[in-house]
Amino acid sequence: MLDSLATALGPAFYQYLLIGLVTGLLYALIALGYTMVYGIIELINFAHGDLFMLGSFLALQVAIWVGAATATGEATGAAALPTILLMLVAAPVFCAGLNVTVDRVVYKPLRNAPKLAPLVSAIGVSFIFMNIGVFWMGTYDLNFPKLVPQDNLTPGARIALNYKHIMVLAVTLPVMVALTVFVRYTSLGKAMRATAQNPTAAQLMGINVDRVIAATFAIGGGLGGVAAVVYGLYNNTVGYMMGFQTGLYAFTAAVLGGIGNIPGAVLGGIIIGLVRSLGSAYVGEQWSEALIFAILIVILIFRPNGILGARTREKV
Amino acid sequence: MNRRKFLGAAAAAAVPALVTGCGGGGSTDDGKGGGGGGGAAPGTPGVIRIVSSLPRTGSAKGQTNTIVNGIQMAIEDYGGKVGDFKIEYSDWDDATAASGSWDGPTEKANAQKAVADPDVMAYIGPYNSNAAKVSMPELNEAGLLQVSPAVTWPGLTKKIKGVAPDEPEKYRPAKKKNFCRVCTTDDLQGPLAADFAAEVLKAKRVYILNDKELYGEGLAKLFRQRCEELKLEIVGDEGINTTSIEFGGLMTKIKGLNPDLVYFGGTTQSKGGQVAKDMVGAGLTCPILAPDGCYEQAFIDSAGAANLNGRAYVSIVGLDPSQLTGKGAEFVKRYKEKYKTAPEAFALYGYECAKVVLEAIKKVNKKDREAILKEVLATKNFTAGAVGGAEGWGFDNNGDTTLRQVTISVVENGKFVPKKTVTK
Repeated sequence: MLDSLATALGPAFYQYLLIGLVTGLLYALIALGYTMVYGIIELINFAHGDLFMLGSFLALQVAIWVGAATATGEATGAAALPTILLMLVAAPVFCAGLNVTVDRVVYKPLRNAPKLAPLVSAIGVSFIFMNIGVFWMGTYDLNFPKLVPQDNLTPGARIALNYKHIMVLAVTLPVMVALTVFVRYTSLGKAMRATAQNPTAAQLMGINVDRVIAATFAIGGGLGGVAAVVYGLYNNTVGYMMGFQTGLYAFTAAVLGGIGNIPGAVLGGIIIGLVRSLGSAYVGEQWSEALIFAILIVILIFRPNGILGARTREKV
Repeated sequence: MNRRKFLGAAAAAAVPALVTGCGGGGSTDDGKGGGGGGGAAPGTPGVIRIVSSLPRTGSAKGQTNTIVNGIQMAIEDYGGKVGDFKIEYSDWDDATAASGSWDGPTEKANAQKAVADPDVMAYIGPYNSNAAKVSMPELNEAGLLQVSPAVTWPGLTKKIKGVAPDEPEKYRPAKKKNFCRVCTTDDLQGPLAADFAAEVLKAKRVYILNDKELYGEGLAKLFRQRCEELKLEIVGDEGINTTSIEFGGLMTKIKGLNPDLVYFGGTTQSKGGQVAKDMVGAGLTCPILAPDGCYEQAFIDSAGAANLNGRAYVSIVGLDPSQLTGKGAEFVKRYKEKYKTAPEAFALYGYECAKVVLEAIKKVNKKDREAILKEVLATKNFTAGAVGGAEGWGFDNNGDTTLRQVTISVVENGKFVPKKTVTK
């Protein structure tokens, strides 16, 4: 089927698929942060996109500190691989810590307040994060060092694959598999699912709900931190505004897949990545954004809970 | 959908109310205390205020910093006092942190604030053509002089092929002229860029992108018209979403069409740097040509010099600071001594704007909006500034400069190097 599509749509079709898949996986990684928090405490954490932005700033800062990048974000050629590994540790730890702190300070006191209160607080936190970003790195778009080469590895082939694509796949896929395994088989994962289903019952069964919630924020933030590093290395531009648009796509991905549902967020992310890439190629760049939301609306009309969202039925 | 725009709009809706509330009382704003002016002339006696409204937040800041420096240097030329009046200068921001670039409601509020302050005799700005659309009618109604250092959309002042049918009348509700600009317009810049593409870059097939703003889309249209006259093949022409973060899919599509040149009608703030960067990422090796909205260090920094060197061509209205002679060269030298950096291209125009206003105030020597406006619009053979050369320049009937020059530079080693200058 793909081959017949490629004949109809031209030889670059496979390349669009690859670009869509790669950006989609990045959206998915961020979407997981939205969906996990929503699954547990029914909060749409609007600050998550901006947390992701701060994570990428930290990664850039790390690269500058260790001398792998100049102050304007040009790669110096020094120690690319150790720097990447260091960023992949520092940014997730930072984002996880920040996310847990925000939960403790801002959302926890509002746990029993009406749902709108934490939601509005989340929007407030989003603005605070954005202003921290402005204060930290300024309002310019910044260059993120090109630590991963983008030479074509497959000259002459139908798909031009480079190290950047491989890096995104090599980081995001294992993280997602690990998350699935964690939630399904570990005791903390089971506790999370139990809390998601019914917090009161979970508490009665001896689960420390506060600990579970903190763990959820930590994991969601950590995934955002991983996404921030991979995104910076893939796209080579970061800026204080990026959290908004990327966060919006990721949130849409979470809703599309069924908010609260982990495989749904991944599926939603990939769909959005593909629609963006193919829409830009075959419909027109300026319509690609509208197309994403048009598809979201159509899918929600037929499946109000999202594509895989049947399990959130009880959360009314 | 865009919650930030929504919040911005809500905030801005409240601002004009505050401003008019303040102006209605006849007091001066900024809490200066009014002083003992008394009688007919309101405001602070002996003080004339010049305001500028430019995007001071966001990535245009590098460029507007040098415009503001230019304005301040002009005021210092007179020791801060012109005729019988002390000159005060206010540097206003028409951008918000939330949008990262100029913002319509903020620009409008600035215009209203200027009108309400009886000390304000001249409004310098804005930087973006779309922003000018918002502030021009406000200032026109009040008959307050507006001089822009940087807006280049032709329709703001004149009726030519390619502008909207109700332009420029819709910017002049009072049916009088109050707007002028010291930079030349895009009806020169766009077509000359097309000539350059055909003659120097030898392009046969071009792909045109624009940022869907008045300035960028307008330039792209004027560029396209000239390309068609020159019989260049347009292999594609589309707008981009400036909220997008990357353009990988788009660039892959463009690569498949194999153009000789990509023209980007837009600014650094509307993703010029990212477009250039993603071209390289997708393996597009052809040059990119962009207008003066990208003629700034921020463009090179955001794209990464390595992605631009030798393949990014950017046009500027007038001359690159390095090409100036006489008073212009002197200005560049003084600027470097004072601020320890080279001026961006528009620093000159900031200086020129302030100079033309201050010279007029000197001649009129009255705190009278109408008289100053009349004097500025009548400017001819102006040589007091930095760009005029020996013969000087003036404003034509539309309020546009008679100095019609465009320079196209190429990026080399992370700097702009002038390649060709055309005078018309």
